[in-house]
Amino acid sequence: MPIDILMPALSPTMEEGTLSKWLKKEGDKVVSGDVIAEIETDKATMEVEAVDEGVIGKLLVAAGTENVKVNAPIAVLLQDGESASDIGSSAAPKAEAKADADTPAATAGDAGGKAREAAEEAPAAKVPAAPKVEAASDPAIPAGTEMVTMTVREALRDAMAEEMRANPDVFVMGEEVAEYQGAYKVTQGLLQEFGPKRVIDTPITEHGFAGIGVGAAMAGLRPIVEFMTFNFAMQAIDQIVNSAAKTLYMSGGQMGAPIVFRGPNGAAARVAAQHSQDYAAWYSHIPGLKVIQPYTAADFKGLLKAAIRDPNPIIFLENEILYGQTFEVPKMDDFVLPIGKARIHRVGNDVTLVSWGIGMTYAVKAVDELTKLGIDVELIDLRTIRPMDLPAIIESVKKTGRLVTIEEGYPQSSVGDFIANRVSREAFDYLDAPVITIAGKDVPMPYAANLEKLALPNVGEVVDAVKAVCYK
Amino acid sequence: MAPRKPASAAARKSAKSDAAEKISEFNKEQELNAYREMLLIRRFEEKAGQLYGMGFIGGFCHLYIGQEAVVVGMQMALKDGDQVITGYRDHGHMLACGMSARGVMAELTGREGGLSKGKGGSMHMFSKEKNFYGGHGIVGAQVSLGTGLGFANHYRGNDNVSLAYFGDGAANQGQVYESFNMAALWKLPVIYIIENNRYAMGTAVNRASSQTDFSQRGASIGIPGMKVDGMDVRAVKAAADYAVEHCRSGNGPIILEMQTYRYRGHSMSDPAKYRSKDEVQKMRSEHDPIEQVKARLIEKGWATEDSLKDIDKEVREIVADAADFAQANPEPAVSELYTDILL
Repeated sequence: MPIDILMPALSPTMEEGTLSKWLKKEGDKVVSGDVIAEIETDKATMEVEAVDEGVIGKLLVAAGTENVKVNAPIAVLLQDGESASDIGSSAAPKAEAKADADTPAATAGDAGGKAREAAEEAPAAKVPAAPKVEAASDPAIPAGTEMVTMTVREALRDAMAEEMRANPDVFVMGEEVAEYQGAYKVTQGLLQEFGPKRVIDTPITEHGFAGIGVGAAMAGLRPIVEFMTFNFAMQAIDQIVNSAAKTLYMSGGQMGAPIVFRGPNGAAARVAAQHSQDYAAWYSHIPGLKVIQPYTAADFKGLLKAAIRDPNPIIFLENEILYGQTFEVPKMDDFVLPIGKARIHRVGNDVTLVSWGIGMTYAVKAVDELTKLGIDVELIDLRTIRPMDLPAIIESVKKTGRLVTIEEGYPQSSVGDFIANRVSREAFDYLDAPVITIAGKDVPMPYAANLEKLALPNVGEVVDAVKAVCYK
Repeated sequence: MAPRKPASAAARKSAKSDAAEKISEFNKEQELNAYREMLLIRRFEEKAGQLYGMGFIGGFCHLYIGQEAVVVGMQMALKDGDQVITGYRDHGHMLACGMSARGVMAELTGREGGLSKGKGGSMHMFSKEKNFYGGHGIVGAQVSLGTGLGFANHYRGNDNVSLAYFGDGAANQGQVYESFNMAALWKLPVIYIIENNRYAMGTAVNRASSQTDFSQRGASIGIPGMKVDGMDVRAVKAAADYAVEHCRSGNGPIILEMQTYRYRGHSMSDPAKYRSKDEVQKMRSEHDPIEQVKARLIEKGWATEDSLKDIDKEVREIVADAADFAQANPEPAVSELYTDILL
């Protein structure tokens, strides 16, 4: 069978072009890769190469013809033992098609064009519903379990040490994590227990070592990558988003990156704009990541252990100011908490207050004041930003009819705004007041002590917001 | 390739023996194997170009035509468990790794039988089974990731090596040097293969790189490098043998600059006006990697025009079958939209 040479599309958007020049004539022998013609698109002049070997039997479109549709036959190629007389039957309808340039030739070779048209004209398939993910509940803590008072810093170190003892594939890498014992002393003692093979000081090259961590995770190891602060992780955000988060999807489920990126996030004290940013909203935007931002030492411990065991890439947001704060942590052999489950910090009936991470420090103080004013607040500690436990929030709002959120990040496209949107869609009829979302001010963090204080949220704002939604 | 430039004195010194300088002849089996493997890539890519022209393949499509000797020669030096990672010009690497032509082509057409179920496309394909770690669309990202693969081998204490391929364009990315530094510091078994095809997209190397001797890009941190005639599969294989042995013996990373050439534009929509037709034609007629092997096979009496035509026919059948499959195979089920996001 003679082979049709079709008008090719040479860009994703090309529909027709001008056949400006033939470089081969009828009777010429061609081999794969020979340039046979030039075509002009709206963007450029391109060469058309032969894919098959043979002899040009017939040129169907004259040089200079404009508006030749993509996939219209432009020539016929004869293969071994064929002659011009073999073209006969197949060429006739094509010649006709050529005469009517508006009608794409109806030949087998046109299937691609048809496929393209069909794809454009077919109504879009109904978008399937996003799957609902249900998080497990917190494990029961047996009666009589000893509670140990410890700092967030110690809880994090214990979580890493326990998981490193349990799984030899777990290792920690980052700047100053080993010999210096951690820039914020979170990895204190790990080098002594696990040695330099598993506790690895890196050069100050976030982009590079984040990529190395992701590559090691793709190969099946379980890296914990510590960023000295998440501000520096912006150097590495391409590897986090484009490599770690998307590989599972792009590989059709064949391989992903079981990796934990952790470190202090958000404002510390007086370190100004480049070292004081909350990335919860940034990373929570990305499908393929889980984002955890705990508040209590127990949650830091239980959730970091869960994160290290999780087969997905995890952003684990800590906070320098919280590192030194103490909380009760249950003394259990293996205390692991479910990712994606909010914790009701205080049960109440009048108003729902939602926060997470350092935001909880404002919320807890505000609740004390509000209780004195006779307002019974239900305080939810979200703990995980993605996947988010929206059902816990919705359920609470259905009870209280009022919602305030509080976070340190910037106000535009904040986590609180996302919550407000979902609540307005799913619990609108239950709301008795507009939702108020409290965030940091819309400014780079100033250095001056007075301005820094103004840029962060404060307890008074939370109290006022709660009073406002309660119309008090 | 233009007459092979002798490796610089520094390169010779740092790499001790410049494998590219002394090409060991292939035996008949190796020549025939190289011929067939390179031809499969060539024919596959031509077919992909054709399917792109017909609208079956969308988006970006970067063809490997002209560079076939690089992956085929490198692959000949590997053993089970060695890993490969590359950028977006990846079809040849996948075929050389033994991934099925059907699976690759169906991924190009975005079908459910594609290696990534149609969800990755030309630039994003993977095979755990064949130790192929992608297929990455961000220029240079695969260099850090490939260093991580080497890190994993080092951590586990096995003697596998990882091959991180990238182009002369990616060689200017910052994370490449961050990775070089850590690989050298920790003696990771990584072979960095810089496929210098002379153009980063449409920009000639000398217009984008102050140091165009890419074999020396690791010199400041002590990574040895070699220049290799990437159009001669025997030279590639010899360099690969040397580099693999270097890494397996615990000497840390090594750089191979493959001097190669892509015949087609950067992607399907690139008319490649930044170089002369003569330049392309000269390369095709005088340095084509496949024609070189063919000429040797015939000269040595290891094959005839007819017996090579049989190989060509067999390869064309594989490619035609892949193309048929890729066109007939259905698109992924709508339910796949929300799968494979998290485990």
